[in-house]
Amino acid sequence: MVPFAGWDMPVEYSGITAEHMAVRTRAGLFDVSHMGEIEIAGKDALAAVQRISSNDASRLAIGQAHYAGLLTPDGTFVDDMLVYRIGTSHFMLVVNASNATKDYAWISEHIKPAGEAACVDSSSRYALIGIQGPASLEVLRPLVNAPLDELKYYWFTHGEVANARALISRTGYTGEDGFEIFVPPNMAVRVWQALLQSGRAADVIPCGLGARDTLRLEASMRLHGQDIDASTSALEADLEWIVGWKKGDFIGRARLAEQKATGVTRKLVGFEMVDRGIARHGYPVVRGGTQIGVVTSGTQTPFLKKAIGMAYVPVDLAPPGTELTIDVRGRSTTARVVSMPFYKRATRA
Amino acid sequence: MAYPSDVKYTKDHEWVRVSGDAAEIGITDFAQQQLGDVVYVELPEVGRTVTAGEAFGSIESVKAVSELFAPMSGEVTAVNELLKTKPETVNADPHGTWMITVRLTNPAEAASLLDVGQYEGLLG
Repeated sequence: MVPFAGWDMPVEYSGITAEHMAVRTRAGLFDVSHMGEIEIAGKDALAAVQRISSNDASRLAIGQAHYAGLLTPDGTFVDDMLVYRIGTSHFMLVVNASNATKDYAWISEHIKPAGEAACVDSSSRYALIGIQGPASLEVLRPLVNAPLDELKYYWFTHGEVANARALISRTGYTGEDGFEIFVPPNMAVRVWQALLQSGRAADVIPCGLGARDTLRLEASMRLHGQDIDASTSALEADLEWIVGWKKGDFIGRARLAEQKATGVTRKLVGFEMVDRGIARHGYPVVRGGTQIGVVTSGTQTPFLKKAIGMAYVPVDLAPPGTELTIDVRGRSTTARVVSMPFYKRATRA
Repeated sequence: MAYPSDVKYTKDHEWVRVSGDAAEIGITDFAQQQLGDVVYVELPEVGRTVTAGEAFGSIESVKAVSELFAPMSGEVTAVNELLKTKPETVNADPHGTWMITVRLTNPAEAASLLDVGQYEGLLG
């Protein structure tokens, strides 16, 4: 167990490789109750969300969610989040545990000009359990009274899981099909055990923070605090797809528009190691003996069986195929820029 | 698991099996558990000198990298080539998997290492 943002979290149960492979081939169970939930409601809730979120929340139907940035005026990340549209004027933002308090303060302050909307930190009202992997649907289906089969990726529904009132969301942080289940904390153990029981035939196993990290990296999902933070903009992080250019003003827009016009000078890229070794968070990318970039995440991935990572590099080094030199603990090693995602699951029928 | 009693241990969780002036060096079950799934083992070349208490290589798992410290001083006489292609052997059989063998320059160094009782005491 390790301390993580005030929570005690397991890094691994049976081993990172075994857990990672379970999610890619069967399913794995995650206790991600540490995630923060912030709700915004009121007559002008949509305007409030539009102001603080990089993405265009007006495109969300009730029951739909999307990925977005909570940006500073510089277009950099206070945090990243999933925005759920619970009702016409009711949204829930799912944010990183370590940022939840800071995010809540930021949001309370910055939604004020939007009009009539209030925000509440409801993190303590939800436990969050993830089931991720190709077998997720068959494991969850018998426990749920809601129609799951029709639920599309990045949509959610209300229902009961093992007789506990739940919000069931077809989302995840693994690049795999799966569900995230929001339940009252006193129901968490019951739901966890019901899922383990239902998953016994499919050999579903509990997964820790370690596998969560290798899975999300293989799927090229950014981790706030490593790949994105208050010093990196949404465009530098290659996340223009979460910038709602077509909506009105939002915090960070002006700066991002400027960057788009002039072009960014550095960009987050994916790489594969050519030489042996793993380039980890913080290792320098060098050219001619000078540091020109930095690795933000790196690991040996159990499924692809390659050493991969993400790094910020000058844009002239960003095209796929470009060779990078990374200083791995004093040793010059070669890596090659590759397109992300590293791993993409076969699309469901 | 029971730790073998025919080897000596270091506080850094290496073991060394001494016979005359020859020694085999590996890491303990506790060390492999802490590391988790091992993906790379970087070892010195045959003929290189290693010094007691100093790093002779590194071991990298999915979650972390750590140095390997030589329990005793000497010259490397063999390197376990299997670990290049099957580093996970360290997880499966830590006490049966030597990483390097060494011709000891000072076999008396063994006296300052931990015996199995002391090592198990260290683990608590």
